[in-house]
Amino acid sequence: MLEIKNLHASTAGTPILKGIDLSVAPGEIHAVMGPNGSGKSTLANALSGRPTTEVTAGEILFEGRDLTGMEPETRACEGIFLAFQYPVEIPGVGNNYFLKASVNAVREHRGETALDAMDFLSLVREKMKLVHMPDELMNRPINAGFSGGEKKRNEVLQMLLLEPKLCILDETDSGLDIDALREVAEGVNALRSPDRSMLIITHYQRLLDYIVPDKVHVLSDGRIVRSGDKDLALELEEKGYGWIESELASNPAASDARAEGVRG
Amino acid sequence: MSEAPESEQSQLERLASSEYKYGFVTDIDTDQAPPGLNEDVVRLISAKKKEPKWLLDFRLKALARFQEMLEEETEPTWAKVSYPKIDYQDIIYYSAPKQQPALESLDEVDPELRRTYDKLGISIEEQKRISGVKVAVDAVFDSVSVATTFKAELEKQGIIFGSFTDAVHEHPELVKEYLGSVVPYSDNFFATLNSAVFTDGSFAYVPKGVRCPMELSTYFRINAAGTGQFERTLVIADEGSYVSYLEGCTAPQRDENQLHAAVVELVALDDAEIKYSTVQNWYPGDENGVGGIYNFVTKRGACRGARSKISWTQVETGSAITWKYPSCLLQGDDSVGEFYSVAMTNRRQQADTGTKMIHLGKNTRSTIISKGISAGKGEQSYRGLVKIGPRAEGARNYSQCDSLLLGDECGAHTFPYLEVKNPSATVEHEATTSKIGEDQLFYCRQRGISEEDAISMIVNGFCKEVLSELPMEFAVEAQALLGVSLEGSVG
Repeated sequence: MLEIKNLHASTAGTPILKGIDLSVAPGEIHAVMGPNGSGKSTLANALSGRPTTEVTAGEILFEGRDLTGMEPETRACEGIFLAFQYPVEIPGVGNNYFLKASVNAVREHRGETALDAMDFLSLVREKMKLVHMPDELMNRPINAGFSGGEKKRNEVLQMLLLEPKLCILDETDSGLDIDALREVAEGVNALRSPDRSMLIITHYQRLLDYIVPDKVHVLSDGRIVRSGDKDLALELEEKGYGWIESELASNPAASDARAEGVRG
Repeated sequence: MSEAPESEQSQLERLASSEYKYGFVTDIDTDQAPPGLNEDVVRLISAKKKEPKWLLDFRLKALARFQEMLEEETEPTWAKVSYPKIDYQDIIYYSAPKQQPALESLDEVDPELRRTYDKLGISIEEQKRISGVKVAVDAVFDSVSVATTFKAELEKQGIIFGSFTDAVHEHPELVKEYLGSVVPYSDNFFATLNSAVFTDGSFAYVPKGVRCPMELSTYFRINAAGTGQFERTLVIADEGSYVSYLEGCTAPQRDENQLHAAVVELVALDDAEIKYSTVQNWYPGDENGVGGIYNFVTKRGACRGARSKISWTQVETGSAITWKYPSCLLQGDDSVGEFYSVAMTNRRQQADTGTKMIHLGKNTRSTIISKGISAGKGEQSYRGLVKIGPRAEGARNYSQCDSLLLGDECGAHTFPYLEVKNPSATVEHEATTSKIGEDQLFYCRQRGISEEDAISMIVNGFCKEVLSELPMEFAVEAQALLGVSLEGSVG
């Protein structure tokens, strides 16, 4: 599904990702954890093609095709979905209108017919139930005045509507209370399928209680410094990120070797 | 008083005879005054239109004043627009209406124009009408009968709606009473020029207590299709009446004449309401602004009666230069003035537009919502005056001026003027300037929406409060128009 090879990326000229290698098979859920500033959001931006993130080296293969250089809207239509850490407000644009435009853009790309207002409405009602979203949010401008929880539900709702192949969740748990977290996770779990992969970016372990990952990776200073199964997340929770950092410090050869790779 | 309704038969005959006239192209073509502005030209225009003496006198007074203005060099220069000096002696002020050469099919229409028509969702029949393609007789008959049906419906209610010239002949008492009563012939440079040389325009009168059953649109005024360079419009809503008037067209309009100086006067008597909506899409000029229309318009409405209301809604996307301030004189107690505006400048377009709300009566209220969008190398200014007279006890105004910038080569400016002479007045002004955020664009694109569609969506959202004031079908077209006008503003 997704094959990242030696990915380097910069934001505003500052190198952030310094050689990421990651492989996600269809149906797998991978969690990417790491302290603030380790490059988690930059990874999400590089995968989804945000123009402000520049890929300086390496490859991102999605279903065997290199994504670098592909427009973000094309990636979206091909099935890459990013649930934003900070969903954006667009004044005056109805949520309903936006979601319909999005669904139909993706359908058109897939060669399917556009949904009319009635079909869209019944589809959206069905999906809204899964994330416990009140109807009135559809008639408000997108994300404008939504609470933190409503914004995140809205992100997951869009994911349910677009049925992407690769879901990237960027700190979807941030700003959620425990009930909202559980309900949002329910929505995500409803999408689990053998041919859909997920990359869950999170600072904390708690989301992973509800969405159990197949693999966990720890990001530090733009590199994956450790990978393991779901127990790694629990270990991190217990020992804190300092544990990884200090281990790296006591074994500098490993990180130097990667740094060499950057120059080469 | 009004004549008996014109029968379908006689309408067809008139159409047939106009086709016949088309045979004498050369005759019509020579029917043109030499360039220059003088008394002979004004007398010629008046004579060609077989006008009564009082109207000729009105024109001559305006001409005399305009000539003084030329000598005094009082052409307004305060607007934030720049253009080469206009030589008013180099303009042809009278030219008989020309028949467009009829085209055999839409294939002969400029493909660029056709692409725009398609994007705007203009029907094939409508495209043919606009481009002057010969239409089958039954299609002509259809549109004639639609127009006739409407005309009959309007006449039944005593509503007068037609060309200004027809009104001068058929309802001289109304024209004489109201012409120049809101915009006097000496009002301003361009209005004075218009008063001297205006050629035609529209006239509407809605009698006491009548609610006009349909939007009055120039579209159904097929006998006077096409707007002139110096257009004159007069709309009168008698006591307790209501009318919604639509001006313009979302289809791109090209014109050989660069200078357009129209005057629109509205009069609302006691308890009357006029809603005046405009979509302006004149040719904006090429990438360098060459060849675009100069749109120097004076629009003003008088809320003369108590509890009367005048509401201006405009979507201005065309013209190289726009100089336009649709205004309300709130004379009647408890009268209401509204101004809702979207102005978009792209490429090298310049717009200096806004409104004047003059509060004279007690408890008068006004609302100003102005949305300016600037892209490319466009320059845009909101200029608005809110004036509260000494007698206007309890007057209230709310103004909101928002500007949206696309790119960093365009400009947006706000010039609000306030004159408050009554301490009981409440005046509020809010202004914002924003850019389309990188985060907003990326959010849309990450959901599969193309960059161009995303910009169009964000801009439409920005203008929503104004677009929602437009009559339904106009609003849909205006949304499409904003998208088309933004083309080429990204990347």
